[in-house]
Amino acid sequence: MSSKLEIRGLGKTFKTRSGELKALEDVNFEIAENEFVSLVGTSGCGKSTLLNIVAGLDHPTEGGAWLDGEPITGPGRDRGMVFQTYTLLPWLNTRQNVEFALRGEDMTRAERRDAAIEQLELVGLSEFVDAYPSQLSGGMRQRVAIARALSYRPEVLLMDEPFGALDALTRRVMQELLTEVWERHRLTVLFITHDVEEAIYISDRVLVMKNRPGKIKEEVEIDLPRPRDFSMISGSHFAELSRQVLEPIHAESKQVVQAAE
Amino acid sequence: MTNGGDTPSTGPIDGPVEPPPDERPLLPRHRRRPAMFEIGGSIRTHSFILISACVFLALLFVWWLLTSGTGMVKPLFLPPPDAVFNTLKEQVNNGELWADMRVSIYRILVGFAAASVLAIPIGVLIGTYRFWEASIEPLVDFVRYMPVVAFVPLTILWSGTSDLQKFEIIWIGTFFQQVLMIMDNTKRVPRDLVDFGRTLGMKDSGILGRIIIRSAAPGIWDSLRITLGWAWTWLVLAELVAATSGLGYRITTAQRFFDTELIIGYILVLGVLGLITDQVMKALGRRFFRYAESER
Repeated sequence: MSSKLEIRGLGKTFKTRSGELKALEDVNFEIAENEFVSLVGTSGCGKSTLLNIVAGLDHPTEGGAWLDGEPITGPGRDRGMVFQTYTLLPWLNTRQNVEFALRGEDMTRAERRDAAIEQLELVGLSEFVDAYPSQLSGGMRQRVAIARALSYRPEVLLMDEPFGALDALTRRVMQELLTEVWERHRLTVLFITHDVEEAIYISDRVLVMKNRPGKIKEEVEIDLPRPRDFSMISGSHFAELSRQVLEPIHAESKQVVQAAE
Repeated sequence: MTNGGDTPSTGPIDGPVEPPPDERPLLPRHRRRPAMFEIGGSIRTHSFILISACVFLALLFVWWLLTSGTGMVKPLFLPPPDAVFNTLKEQVNNGELWADMRVSIYRILVGFAAASVLAIPIGVLIGTYRFWEASIEPLVDFVRYMPVVAFVPLTILWSGTSDLQKFEIIWIGTFFQQVLMIMDNTKRVPRDLVDFGRTLGMKDSGILGRIIIRSAAPGIWDSLRITLGWAWTWLVLAELVAATSGLGYRITTAQRFFDTELIIGYILVLGVLGLITDQVMKALGRRFFRYAESER
């Protein structure tokens, strides 16, 4: 398998008043074409910084990221991003929000409209094309955000804890939906989360990140069969995978908590 | 008439008294204040209107009591309500009130528009780019603290008692405040919205025009609404000092003739005009930004 996204020797140092803060150090990993990879770690471990660098919104101080062998130097439409916060434009309805992302494409108005409606059907929102974001629940807003990011067919989808602000039940529905969509359409995805169960359920591979400086500590291959369903969560293999992911983070979180005390 | 459930009925008894078949133990009554007296409580629209109307009527009554009712205050200092009303009616009939209002409204519209047209782009610019913030914000802050009143003699020197002088005072009084408020509105645009635009490959000009300004618009409208209220104050100030027409001018001439009825009447008119402009701005805002309705 050829690697779609490659992170090599990536480091990020912030200059603060009290000196230099190493947020990321020598991060190395690759994501194959159409692979779903999750990055888990405690809060503040630099996983969002890493994602922002891949998105081109932030710049590394060492090493870098490559997409299809091309170095990433700034944001671009070859990468789609789903943010943790709700980033729908409140003055546009659901359909117009997706169309907004299609502005740059070489399409007629009618084509844009059809494409937007098609994307919204994909995430089960065909009845809400005329609704404004303020009329949608948090889960629905994130579904629109996913539809919007997929609409312009990016090479890689970047997701920064997209379900982090949702309640547990909605989150589960969203995980199911994302898995379904992904299993049908396949895409290279880098998914950030601190929810271990979520990471295992949706991913092909889970990368475990260590804190301060942020570094990949462990890599767990998720060999659960696809299509996935939630009954797998109660299985013994899932429990074993959870243990493999949790162990390195647990030691890590303990250190962080103790250091803070 | 029946009493509340917890007091025994003392009314006439028609028939043997028997407990109802499914009598349940009485729960302790929730001692609850009406929601309008709770922190963050709610109120029904008609209660709201009723209460505020009562306050106005009460004030009117106190005013009447102090003047006509008891004669405690001499009419020279505070004329009775009916005298003020009659004076205003006279002003309406002889056409002076409308003429004064027309002049004042014209001045406020021009002065306020001139301030807003400049303040919106500058405010958005310094709220978006740190370079422009560094170059303009401290300067605006500095001028903002200069008392507008002190500019009155200067503007008379520059422009006499013409309309231009009124525009200048309104402009000085609102522009600098607007710039800072609009800068703040712009800074409140969520960073992720801007980042979202960047991930779409949008250029800065596109992000500014299609995301930042649109996102800040409801806040900017609110800032305009608030500063428009202040603009009334600056207008009257300018007209009090140096004018040959307008609501403020009429108040000054009335003072010369100890015509307290007219002064009070015009002050009330100014209050009503301010209230109307504010309500109009609010209604327009609700119309423009209908999409945000359920969010607030």
